[in-house]
Amino acid sequence: MKELKYALFTGCTAKESTPEQMMSTLAVAKKLGIELVELTEASCCGASHLQDYDDFLSLVLNARNIAYAEKHGLTMVTICNTCQLNTAMTKHRLDHNAELKAKVNAKLGEVGLEYKGTSQITHFLYAIIDDFGLDKIKEMVVKPLSQFNIAPFYGCHNIRPSELQNETHKNPENAYKPTSLDDLIIACGGASVDYVEKNKCCGFHAELQAPHTAAVLTGNAVAGAMDANADWMVTPCPLCHLKLDTQTHHASIAIGREVSLPVLHMQQMVGLALGCTPSELGLKHHVTPVNFI
Amino acid sequence: MDALQSQSVTFKVFRFNEETDYLPYYNTYTLNVTHEEVVLDILNRIKWDHDGSLSYRRSCRHGICGICSIKINGKAILACKSRLFDLIDIFGTDLVIEPLSTKRVIKDLIIDKKDFWEKHAHVDPYLVSEIDEKPTAEHTVFPHQLEQLMEADYCIQCGACHYSCPAVEINELYIGPAAFAAAYRFTADVRDEGGMDRLHTVNQEAQGVWDCVKCMECAEVCPKEVNPIEKITKLHNMIFEHGIAKNNVATRHAVGFAHSITKHGLLDEGELVRYSEGNFGVLKHVPVAMKMFSKGKIVLPWNMPKADKLDEIRKLVKSSSTAKF
Ligand code: SF4
Ligand code: SF4
Ligand code: SF4
Ligand code: SF4
Ligand code: FES
Repeated sequence: MKELKYALFTGCTAKESTPEQMMSTLAVAKKLGIELVELTEASCCGASHLQDYDDFLSLVLNARNIAYAEKHGLTMVTICNTCQLNTAMTKHRLDHNAELKAKVNAKLGEVGLEYKGTSQITHFLYAIIDDFGLDKIKEMVVKPLSQFNIAPFYGCHNIRPSELQNETHKNPENAYKPTSLDDLIIACGGASVDYVEKNKCCGFHAELQAPHTAAVLTGNAVAGAMDANADWMVTPCPLCHLKLDTQTHHASIAIGREVSLPVLHMQQMVGLALGCTPSELGLKHHVTPVNFI
Repeated sequence: MDALQSQSVTFKVFRFNEETDYLPYYNTYTLNVTHEEVVLDILNRIKWDHDGSLSYRRSCRHGICGICSIKINGKAILACKSRLFDLIDIFGTDLVIEPLSTKRVIKDLIIDKKDFWEKHAHVDPYLVSEIDEKPTAEHTVFPHQLEQLMEADYCIQCGACHYSCPAVEINELYIGPAAFAAAYRFTADVRDEGGMDRLHTVNQEAQGVWDCVKCMECAEVCPKEVNPIEKITKLHNMIFEHGIAKNNVATRHAVGFAHSITKHGLLDEGELVRYSEGNFGVLKHVPVAMKMFSKGKIVLPWNMPKADKLDEIRKLVKSSSTAKF
């Protein structure tokens, strides 16, 4: 098989509050023989908030990030749902609107860049599943997670709006019945548990503005996973991770019930199954301790 | 002509009568459905062939009146527009039929949409304008002006988005995606003069656009592709454009990204929280921050990473900024 190579857009979180996500991404990529070229010039994507203030600026910055992936001639891989949404949405809007694209390129031209629309953008979760292949991962599993019930938490911005899914993925998943993360859990030897909140929102983006709403959503998600007998949760989004891992105190108060579960990054789960060590995967960087290893 | 394909499907139907029942229950029916049938056909068959007391709303049968919206396995749909075979593709052959909101049921699939209409009314969902009673010329709206509505006028008030919105579910003040789409629809209309009032309404804490959790469900669920979250973003932009953004945690949170990117290229997470909450408000985050710090999850200011080619990013921020705060 041709070696897989991608341009990695890390996003900010991987460089700051979720160092374990960066570590585990690199560890898993190494195990799978996937080459990641880090886009060190990339800026923050604006996290779905910058566009509320300045939509055009957000488009220009995201188009610039994509332009660097294009320069490498590579598909851009993201490791954060919200980075994926903002970047893929920028691509969608520019590819469907020549006038807007020209306006953005006029700005990029000032710094010698151009957005062409030649690079695809996909989340690492789908790169692993679609491009590398679930069957091959299954074959490589050395430590099957067979003693665990694992609750997949998909995170909104990978699955909605599905028009972006349809543009980016070979097997677009349905926002009302996503399967990718369940399939990956099973490929790693675990049992995936079903619960209503698995495709719902964790509330991360409204944490400061609407703390009560955000806390209830987090509480419901963890409670749903606990009631489905999950031993731990897994998510492809570092923002979901932060919310579910660090905010359960407020969430418990908000829903009137003590809730808490370890929350792993998708990469950490795959890494465990592939035999990476806990320190390679940064398991000590969790606020809710990963107490089962 | 295609042969009539059919499949056996099990339907679990939500039942509750406000006047006689203490708790809701479900009735189960197994029916053969054909590839031509929509959900409304099944409701009719259940009512006509099995249980005449099943209650639901329908009128136009053409996806226009917006009254037949219900939920199938948690997904809000128009009963008259959704083909059974499409739903079977997603969920398989066990389908659960429920009202849009189980909390607001009057009878079976019929809900009280009072909150929906009240919130609509809250944004003045009509053209506000001094009407010249004896006009001498037509009031022309040019195509490019009509395009500014971004198809927000396609909304049929079915409520699918409203009763799927997590912010509406938790925060009863929150105006909700459909009414926001309406607020945008009229404010963006060149003939309208009521925009400032509407913008003030949607700019209020708790009820306004700032409490959206950005789950994108309203865009996903809308049977008319109104894309309410896109309009909510537009309303945010208009609030800044018209200079009525208040200096509060929500607005500073949006603006903070621009500051951070100018300084580091990346987001400075800690500084964003401090800037958004203010020096006093930030204190409530200290306990969680301490825990995060002890796990190596907080980067101290002097270790804050920076994007390469920061000069280029700064140049673009300067040349491409279109908003002011
Ligand atoms: S979404 Fe978050 S992690 Fe991704 S680039 Fe934006 S701020 Fe950074
Ligand atoms: S689940 Fe939470 S963090 Fe994840 S994408 Fe949705 S709002 Fe963002
Ligand atoms: S994006 Fe906002 S308005 Fe739309 S459903 Fe989610 S919380 Fe509600
Ligand atoms: S925006 Fe769409 S889903 Fe919401 S009420 Fe209007 S038509 Fe229905
Ligand atoms: S019956 Fe009118 S929209 Fe379905």
